[in-house]
Amino acid sequence: MEPSRDDFIIAIRSTFLKKGNKQRFSLFALIIISLILLIFSKYNFKFINYIKLGVNETVYRGSFIVSAPLKFLDTKYFEIKEHFKLYKNYQVLTKDLETLKKQKYDSEFLVFENKRLKKVIEDINYSSNEIIAKILVDKQSPFLRSVVINKGSKNNIEKGMAVLNEYHLIGKVEEVNYTTSRVLLLSDLNSKIPVIIEPEGIKAILSGGGDSLGEIKYQKGKSLISNDSIVYSSGSGGILKAGIPIGKIKINNQKINVKFFKDFNQISFVKILSFSEEKN
Amino acid sequence: MINIYKNNISLFIYRTIPLILLYISVLLQLDNERNDYFNFNFPQILIFYWCLKRNDLLGYGFIFFAGIVNDTLVGLPLGVTSFCYLVLCGFAAYLRTITLSPSLIKDWFFFLLAIFVTNSLNFIILYLFFDVELKVAKIFLNTSFTFLLYIIFSAIFDFFLKNFIGLKND
Repeated sequence: MEPSRDDFIIAIRSTFLKKGNKQRFSLFALIIISLILLIFSKYNFKFINYIKLGVNETVYRGSFIVSAPLKFLDTKYFEIKEHFKLYKNYQVLTKDLETLKKQKYDSEFLVFENKRLKKVIEDINYSSNEIIAKILVDKQSPFLRSVVINKGSKNNIEKGMAVLNEYHLIGKVEEVNYTTSRVLLLSDLNSKIPVIIEPEGIKAILSGGGDSLGEIKYQKGKSLISNDSIVYSSGSGGILKAGIPIGKIKINNQKINVKFFKDFNQISFVKILSFSEEKN
Repeated sequence: MINIYKNNISLFIYRTIPLILLYISVLLQLDNERNDYFNFNFPQILIFYWCLKRNDLLGYGFIFFAGIVNDTLVGLPLGVTSFCYLVLCGFAAYLRTITLSPSLIKDWFFFLLAIFVTNSLNFIILYLFFDVELKVAKIFLNTSFTFLLYIIFSAIFDFFLKNFIGLKND
């Protein structure tokens, strides 16, 4: 027998309005509360920001403690894996070292020359301050890619600061709490960074691809870009310093992708840089 | 006397396992594995199963708070995941209310409908109201694996429920 309309309404009412066995809240009341939270989040009400700050601090620390054993195993697994590659890596590194030694002197000369010329044309030089931070939470979702670090407004972290691992740009500060901050990684779909592709000198926007690769968008002179060109931050917009290395171009079926220099899953410490203009 | 006391303690521990599992899975982000191709939403399976079979063991308030924790960790607007988890609870509670003779296959396909609706709601809220870019293909993949794995986890939970807790509500 088909259930009648009345039966359906009774079932819905019983589902949403009745408090179940040993339940303190009705489903309907909690759904309304979550909708209210969503509306307040959308319109950035002040008190919701305070609640968020409190919850963030507690949850980040909680997650760090809970995931510590798993993180330990993860690190050990990668360490063991790296040991097996030791000899192969050694050979590659020896070759790289020879090449780098040759390039070092050329680049030092270029840096000094560049500084001197900037002074002559009265261009702006940047000085930077580094803050070292530890990654507390790096649970990246397939949809969103971000990490939480253990430095916040207490340590003078500000929204938009560049985040580096060694010398490579990996993201920028997206949200600042008192003792923690969230870093939006370059691989996130919502990350958009102005970049310059060298040696072609083409300016473009680097967008995250949602996976391990980035995508070059809104560029002029698409046909000029070649495989293995290097992508640097362009400094446009004034948030990031120009010339921070990001990754290499990989052209795949006419799609211009960027292979990042860093594997974002294997980062434990990061450098947060703030830039200020230096008077010439 | 001591035996009764011991039994009560072990029963209490068994009864809190679904709740502990929910919070561990949320804190470890088991819905968001690092693998780009294989990922599934374990909290969705857990919430649907326990709300359907023994809703007294997984309070709605705890589920709401688990959603808040998930939003905080992933960096989503507060309330999105809570809303989706509670809608999932609604589906499970509705199925429980209308079912006279439970069937695993019926539960399984109802679960597919439930996660399809909740994931769509999640996508609509994030994309339309908060301008968050998401990849539909990945959500589809996540939903498919969650659906396929429900039957396996359901069998494990059934075994746990029958042997350690008991089928009937208090």
